[in-house]
Amino acid sequence: MRLLGVVTRPGTSRQNKTGSWRVMRPVFDHDKCTGCTTCETICPEGCVYHTGKTEYDSDLDYCKGCGLCAEMCPADAITMKEEIK
Amino acid sequence: MRAILEGSHTVAEAVKLCRAQVVSAYPITPQTHIVEALAQKAANGEIQGEFVRVESEFSAASVCLGAAACGARAYSATTSQGLLLMAEVLFNIAGMRLPMVFTIANRSVSAPLNIWNDHQDSMTVRDSGWIQLWAEDCQELMDMHIQAYRIAEDHRVYLPVLVNMDGFILTHTYEPVEIPTQEEVDAFLPPFDPLFKLDPKDPVTLGAYVGPEKYHEVRYCLNESVEEAKPVIVEVAESFRKTFGRFQGDLLEGYQLEGAETIFIAMGSLVGTLKDTVDRMRKAGHPVGLLKLRCLRPFPGAEIHDAVKNAKNVIVLEKAISLGGGHIVATELRSAFYGRMPAPRIAGAVIGMGGRDITAESIEKVYQRVVEGGEEFFWADLKEEVLQEA
Repeated sequence: MRLLGVVTRPGTSRQNKTGSWRVMRPVFDHDKCTGCTTCETICPEGCVYHTGKTEYDSDLDYCKGCGLCAEMCPADAITMKEEIK
Repeated sequence: MRAILEGSHTVAEAVKLCRAQVVSAYPITPQTHIVEALAQKAANGEIQGEFVRVESEFSAASVCLGAAACGARAYSATTSQGLLLMAEVLFNIAGMRLPMVFTIANRSVSAPLNIWNDHQDSMTVRDSGWIQLWAEDCQELMDMHIQAYRIAEDHRVYLPVLVNMDGFILTHTYEPVEIPTQEEVDAFLPPFDPLFKLDPKDPVTLGAYVGPEKYHEVRYCLNESVEEAKPVIVEVAESFRKTFGRFQGDLLEGYQLEGAETIFIAMGSLVGTLKDTVDRMRKAGHPVGLLKLRCLRPFPGAEIHDAVKNAKNVIVLEKAISLGGGHIVATELRSAFYGRMPAPRIAGAVIGMGGRDITAESIEKVYQRVVEGGEEFFWADLKEEVLQEA
């Protein structure tokens, strides 16, 4: 009796990089950014992070490219670019 | 102890003896007496488990899914439209490999509305990954439920089981039933020992996403497990015989097969009618026999061939039809027999839909049409005067 695909242990999202579904990729302009944090708050996947006050980026391992961050950014500091692989 | 019990009350008694820990069901004719009796047993404190009232069969099956995922022995019963409403959950239960037992009080499906017996409901979910057992009488219902939990929870199987009983014909019929003691059942059926369960101390997800890179293999393994249940079903029936002294067949049960040139194959209560009919026909000089199909899934194709291969004709009587696809069991049998020798002729009759009575006379007519008339696949007892209304 073989069990396959029945039980999933925690931590499998580390192996399953769901960012591969993405067709558009957010590109952050750190000069235009005001550091308002809207993109980080709005991201449905929790992918947007920052390394400095205006240094925002998205974790492309998991970012689906939904474009909400770009849509909501009040400073137009995020543009969606076609993902070319 | 021996008692005169209704089929439904026999099932409720069996579920109590199996110490079901979570029972959840929604009433639907002709299953109601099972759930009513279980609710009463729960209210009286005879069942130590939880009786969960729900608003639909979808929820009943979902409660059982959750209960089994937490390591509890779960039970539900339904029929017809209720089973169809459960269908989505049934596939999930099998896919999540959650052992449990559901009773189906087999009834026709709508539309048109009809509350009487045939097998269209359970046949519709035959590809869901559930093991399907079919009971002939009240005693077998008692014994089959006890066996069903042991088969389901066996670590070599680990699958859910549907126990089928003919609506009204078995659910509402009183018969003498030997009731085993709690100690006997406890000795035969150990507590559920889950291979995995939902537990906050050791968190897991059941039935999570699997992409194209693995899903193919996941379904391969599920199919393999259903197939591999066969020897366990046989072993459990044998072990039951040793413990309780009763045996109603394992995958199959033969009756008057010795020297039989024509063998009937059927499931459920029709088998009882057929036993009498076979006796009557034998007395009249017809060399007939009977093979009870006790387990539909996994399908015992090779085993059936072995049992009937020396006959001239095999006649499958079935209370279901795959609309536009033909006779279900007869077709599967033809497929299983292909390339096997010797090969008896396989014929099939759709019979007794929506509660149409199946009499010895209707069975004899089927026999004549096949053996003397050379017919193969047909509907028995069609009323021409009714068809003319169309």
